[in-house]
Amino acid sequence: MIAAGLQALLSHWRRHLLQLFTLIAGLALATALWSGVQAINTEARASYAEAADTLGEGRLARLLPPEGGSITQDTWVALRRAGWLASPVVEGRLGPARLLGVDPLTAPGDLGSIGAASTGDLQAFLSENGALLAREEVLADLPGTGATPIASEDAAPGTVLTDIRTAQRLLGVQGFTSLILAPAQPRRQAPLAEVAPGLRLQEPAEETDVGALTDSFHLNLTAFGLLSFAVGLFIVHGAVGLAFEQRRATVRTLRAMGMPLAVLIGLMALELALLAVVAGGLGLLLGYLIAAALLPDVAGTLRGLYGAEVAGTLTFRPFWALSGMAIALAGTAVAAASAFHRLATMPILAGGQRRAGASWAARRARRQGIAGLSLLLAALAIGAWGGGLVGGFACLGCLMIGGALLLPLLLDRVLALGARLARRPLPQWIWADSRAELPGLSLALMALLLAMAANVGVSTMVSSFRQTFVAFLDQRLAPELYVGVSDPEQAERFLAILPDGVRVLPIASVERTLAGLPSEVQILRDDPTYRENWRFLSATADPWDRLAAGEGVLVNEQLARRAGLAVGDRLDVADGLALPILGIYGDYGNPVGQAILTERLFRATFPEVTPLSFGLRVPPGDVPALSERLVREAGLDPERVVNQANLKAISLGIFERTFTVTGALNVLTLAVAGFALLMSLLTLASIRLPQLAPVWALGTRRATLGQLELLRAVGLAALTALAALPLGLALAWVLLAVVNVEAFGWKLPMFLFPLDWLRLLALALVAAALAAAWPALRLARVPPSVLLKVFSDER
Amino acid sequence: MTAPALLSVRDVRKSFPGPDGPIPVLRGADLDLGPGRTLALTGESGSGKSTLLHLIGGLDRPDAGSIRLGDIEVTTLDDRGRAALRRDAVGVVFQQFNLVPSLDVGANIAFQARLKGRRDPQWERELADRLGLAPQLRKYPEELSGGQQQRVAIARTLAARPRLVLADEPTGNLDEASAEAVLALMLDLVAETGASLLTVTHSERVAERMDGRVHLRGGRVA
Amino acid sequence: MNARALLLLGLWPFAAGAQGFAGLGADTEGYAVPQPGTAFAFPRDHGAHPDYRIEWWYVTANLSAEDGTPYGLQWTLFRSALAPGGAPDAQVWMAHAAVTTPDRHFVTERLARGGTGQAGVVADPFEAWIDEWRMAGPNLQAATLTAQGPDFGYDMQLTAQGPIVLQGDRGYSVKSEDGQASNYYSQPFFAIRGTLHLPEAEVEVSGTAWLDREWSSQPLADRQVGWDWFSLSFESGDKLMGFRLRADQGEPFTAATWIAADGTPTPFPNGAFAAEPGDRSEVADREVPTTWHVTLPDRGLDVTVQALNPQAWMATSVPYWEGPVAVTGSHDGVGYLEMTGY
Repeated sequence: MIAAGLQALLSHWRRHLLQLFTLIAGLALATALWSGVQAINTEARASYAEAADTLGEGRLARLLPPEGGSITQDTWVALRRAGWLASPVVEGRLGPARLLGVDPLTAPGDLGSIGAASTGDLQAFLSENGALLAREEVLADLPGTGATPIASEDAAPGTVLTDIRTAQRLLGVQGFTSLILAPAQPRRQAPLAEVAPGLRLQEPAEETDVGALTDSFHLNLTAFGLLSFAVGLFIVHGAVGLAFEQRRATVRTLRAMGMPLAVLIGLMALELALLAVVAGGLGLLLGYLIAAALLPDVAGTLRGLYGAEVAGTLTFRPFWALSGMAIALAGTAVAAASAFHRLATMPILAGGQRRAGASWAARRARRQGIAGLSLLLAALAIGAWGGGLVGGFACLGCLMIGGALLLPLLLDRVLALGARLARRPLPQWIWADSRAELPGLSLALMALLLAMAANVGVSTMVSSFRQTFVAFLDQRLAPELYVGVSDPEQAERFLAILPDGVRVLPIASVERTLAGLPSEVQILRDDPTYRENWRFLSATADPWDRLAAGEGVLVNEQLARRAGLAVGDRLDVADGLALPILGIYGDYGNPVGQAILTERLFRATFPEVTPLSFGLRVPPGDVPALSERLVREAGLDPERVVNQANLKAISLGIFERTFTVTGALNVLTLAVAGFALLMSLLTLASIRLPQLAPVWALGTRRATLGQLELLRAVGLAALTALAALPLGLALAWVLLAVVNVEAFGWKLPMFLFPLDWLRLLALALVAAALAAAWPALRLARVPPSVLLKVFSDER
Repeated sequence: MTAPALLSVRDVRKSFPGPDGPIPVLRGADLDLGPGRTLALTGESGSGKSTLLHLIGGLDRPDAGSIRLGDIEVTTLDDRGRAALRRDAVGVVFQQFNLVPSLDVGANIAFQARLKGRRDPQWERELADRLGLAPQLRKYPEELSGGQQQRVAIARTLAARPRLVLADEPTGNLDEASAEAVLALMLDLVAETGASLLTVTHSERVAERMDGRVHLRGGRVA
Repeated sequence: MNARALLLLGLWPFAAGAQGFAGLGADTEGYAVPQPGTAFAFPRDHGAHPDYRIEWWYVTANLSAEDGTPYGLQWTLFRSALAPGGAPDAQVWMAHAAVTTPDRHFVTERLARGGTGQAGVVADPFEAWIDEWRMAGPNLQAATLTAQGPDFGYDMQLTAQGPIVLQGDRGYSVKSEDGQASNYYSQPFFAIRGTLHLPEAEVEVSGTAWLDREWSSQPLADRQVGWDWFSLSFESGDKLMGFRLRADQGEPFTAATWIAADGTPTPFPNGAFAAEPGDRSEVADREVPTTWHVTLPDRGLDVTVQALNPQAWMATSVPYWEGPVAVTGSHDGVGYLEMTGY
């Protein structure tokens, strides 16, 4: 019985290949977008983890030299002989890569990537010329060093691992950058202050800076992935619903012949699960391809934006595949739930007729609209009174689903209005007909709505982020030249040779706990640069004069938000120094709190800190000559004399990459929505003939009907696009003002980009036209005999 | 059949593609219909009677032969011309699915007349009254019974005042009582408008109500 | 596999189970090679011999607490050259420390590279060190011995009660039929006293300790896959050093030195000394013989050697078994057993 039943059910797909294709393609695309985004996220996260694990960065405590200094070998040996299991590290840049010199004999743990190297390689590692261990693509970009290159795919991305001596030789340094401490130290040690009084102990960070920042990027991608998946689910829901409707006759026959409902439902569930596995597999493959194509750009973005190293190549991770498959199955289950519910509650002899008609469509739209409106209200309530990241995402979810559910009602009302206003019979018919067809198209249109809203929302967010950041860079990167020196003597030497007309802005900070939060206190020289360029989020009337007079501090938004501080509140900056807050400034991308003291007060409070970095205000034309002179006469490291224009160019380049990724995902999501529309139109085309045949028979050409079909699809897409705009802007607002604040502690101002909207509208119309083109063409060429069958009894 | 024919069909042939080559359905059919006359077109199932009706109505093209409607040679019309013919000269009442589902009854009745650009609201109201549709004008086709739907189709056809009404088993889906009532109304109203009526039917009862009858067998008039 | 283990496979002779030996056997070029008839000079030869490829300072001790509980202790410093020439920064140092109780075994390890001062050996005044671990005294008559790990440590005092003993042919110890050999002397007559720092308690202990000094460049033939090494102290005051080098095929190569209570050594050639494995214990996922039947017929020796704690596995970069043993049979006593290549 089961075999016969399954055969009867499956025979449906053989006759409805298009439907089968819709179902599989929809699910595959949904899985692909979701899993593609997840693959990118997972890969990037794994890359940071690996980079951090090379030396247990973030996991292990370290001993650090005084600011700007290094640790001598003698200090290190003294520590070892006093029972400190410390291992030296030298860090620097080798060509484009990060060079990490370690002592394989004392480094704690497994040294990550060395594990995979062979014995011979390791002998080379310790040999006089040394060896450089890195990924193949990293090795390819290195300058000649005389060291043996060892390719290892296990190496951390963008990192060259080498012996500490080789690193010292290549970087031309004597001492060590830091000492990492083994997690298990011996039972007895001499106190650090006795053995190496100059060193600072840095406890392992709870979360690395890189982690907090890159989360922002991943959050965006995840939101995008989720929305894409939702779009795909709409397709699946439509396809499954249709397949169930069309098989009512089969189901009725099977049940009439005595097949129990439970068996039938089980068979159909099995059938769907099989299809979902096939589609999920295809989707994983597609997602992998998407991720592989986008990952180099993502890697570039993250490297540039946050200094996080991400490999440009993708590795297959079984967990990722499993979760992708699980979400494909779960998605199918969700999408098919209502169809199964109908099947389970349907009387045996229910007819096979499709319900159609404008009045039914309007009733359905009203029901959905009420649900949508309640969800929008819920979103508003959560936005207003809810809190936390979960609240932010709940708000986001309610907003998007509510908006989608409200769409059919909105379109129904607009179309009814159109029909009322129409004077001529064909336009009147097309308005009315579109209204009647809404139930069949509404899922696809909802998908389009979500895709476009996600587009508008994410683009607005990314663009706002860029705009804010660029403006912020202009504020912050006002000095024409940035200079770093290695010691106070060099600082004096370089300051002495500066020509007249160059203003010096010292840069220095100390790590402090402010208001119970890990923060830094920065020095600030009273200079027009700051007065002219900086913009405050809120401030007292004359913050600069009062700051210069030492009457208060400035704090960044992160500190203010996290500690609940407002202008006028007092902040303990140092022991016995509590000052009122004069102003709060935006400090995008900084994970920690920050307070700014005027130079005089800073130097008096933290006499041990000597600024070793400087911003220089130079008449623009003099920049190249001055940088050359600083290198030649003051002996500054050319690497540490940085031209502001270059710095800005690099920062902006990063955003372009962000845009590539966002843009690509935008197009993909829209393509999925377009596909949903195409599939809906194709399915409708076959069951819509009874609507079209009478109009044709009464004297309308098939070509005209085809054109009207096209026009109708484009019109509905345009209406949907109009609805998507406010929804997308609401989405952007939630992302910028709710989710971002909860996740990272700063609020991004929202900017509007109407030209982007126009482009998106055009894109949506093109997508709709493309989706409708084939069905319209088919309609224009449908043989009269097919239309005539509608009227005869043969149907 | 001596009056000058409104409709004149000569040697019309039509085949449909089949799995083993074309299947001939009409093999040279002829018929004539005078103005204001009614004619029943009968025949076995598959004899080609519906096909002939479709060809006359410009719903499909014959492979060969001539169909003259007044001074129009239907067989030479292009797609645009056939659409105009369907809109302006003929009215068709099919067995089922005559109505535009997205329009209400009132709009359906007016639809063809409006397409034709010759609307007569008073005549429409009268038709609705006569056909007992007045209470249903704001309803949608899905809310009507089969008999009511066919009445709307008849009203819709006659509202446009065609010269020729083509009916393909107009009462085929109705029970006997409704069929009788619908048929009587249709004949009365057609007569009032002065149109000619060609009815495809397999019902002896319907055929008997017509002025004449043509019987098709094997694609030819018997 | 642990990276450091891989690194060290190539450097240390007892890193058996891999083909590490083959590499070593072929690679003596540029290194000094032990020659028979070379006279040792002290204190100079207590120090390092960087011209040779490998070298060790190896202290093992059988201890007992006041309540009679037996303990074992190990302090070992290895030197291995990365390249010939004796340059300080071409030396890699490795040290192992262990304390064995009847039911526990504590192990820890240190590594260092030469030339920084992190590890080294100075002959006079004697000091061998790595990090904070030290074996130091004015000389080898009296020295302190310390080492520690995260969960244990010890501070001991060594006092020599007898002379230094030359192993093999006046310090030339042959290791195979093919003539591989090492320079080898011992101080088996240390009295030792001090404190074991164990997680549960500080334990005052005393007993006897045995220092082995060995340096060579090609200590094993390339067929040899591991060894079993015995240092036994009998109640009579006599002592026995015996080893058995296992080849991948054929009979093991054995050698032994009988040390009379006054320190007079009598070397025995291949075959005189025999050690047959008895019961095996499962240790660290492998089978290791922890009971041995040891005979030296020339001296009427026929004893059973039994591990105090069969789980004395040295889970270091290059793992091996090393622990205190009890001796019963024709002679009673204590000793240390080292087994590699299992």
